[in-house]
Amino acid sequence: MPIQYYIYLALSLFSIGVVGVLTRRNAIIIFMCIELMLNATNLLLVAFSKMHHAVALASNAATQVGIEGQLFVFFIMVVAAAEVSVGLAIIVMMYRNTHSVDINFLNRLKN
Amino acid sequence: MAITHIIFWFLTALALVSALMVLLSKNPVYSVLWLIAVFFAISGHYILLNAQFLAIVNMIVYAGAIMVLFLFVIMLMNLDKETEPQKDIWMKIAAVISGGCLLTQLVSLVKQATEMTGKTALLKTGSIGLIENLGKALFSDYVVPFEISSVLFLSAMVGAVVIGKK
Repeated sequence: MPIQYYIYLALSLFSIGVVGVLTRRNAIIIFMCIELMLNATNLLLVAFSKMHHAVALASNAATQVGIEGQLFVFFIMVVAAAEVSVGLAIIVMMYRNTHSVDINFLNRLKN
Repeated sequence: MAITHIIFWFLTALALVSALMVLLSKNPVYSVLWLIAVFFAISGHYILLNAQFLAIVNMIVYAGAIMVLFLFVIMLMNLDKETEPQKDIWMKIAAVISGGCLLTQLVSLVKQATEMTGKTALLKTGSIGLIENLGKALFSDYVVPFEISSVLFLSAMVGAVVIGKK
């Protein structure tokens, strides 16, 4: 499969995530769109790792080239899981103070 | 047309349609369910690229843990269609135009890149995505980042508990 198709798919998913962050006012939906953008990057990293592996495999059958990309995706997932737990805790705390998840109420960083 | 191509286009269409439905659904619970569909489609892409470990981790961590957390928070706050805040239509049009500009810019950039022409991503074959090879690399060359990420998890857990108890 040509690498361009994967790049276009990841770019489309990333742009949909950007549009979601810009159009929605619900803080949780914005957070979900950020997850969508992270997943688009993950998919692109895996596709590139397989691309480099395909080039290296032609000369050496037992090569491990390209494994770094997949490990990088693993660490991105780790960081995303930690980020979600703290971010949702912050959103719940804000909801308890203002009784709303509308980001327009949260734009002054007061109280 | 080979079966892998059919699966590729099916998964691509599923991912894009579900990602659009995340934005278009008014009810936040439906948005979460569509996002789970996106994650399953991306897991299918990982399986197609023979990255089996990442496919399983994506399903367990994203579709399993993170999305359940989102669903719990949304149901805890009792959010639905009526409480959903809406931006006015001009802001939405401006956001869609700016997102489309970003997409066309990036696509034209990729079209100009000459070093990517003729390169292919290896489907179905290749052993780097298997658990054996990834585990060996993770516990030999990358053991220090792995341990540091465990400290990150501990601090995130402590942070979530401290913020939640306030």
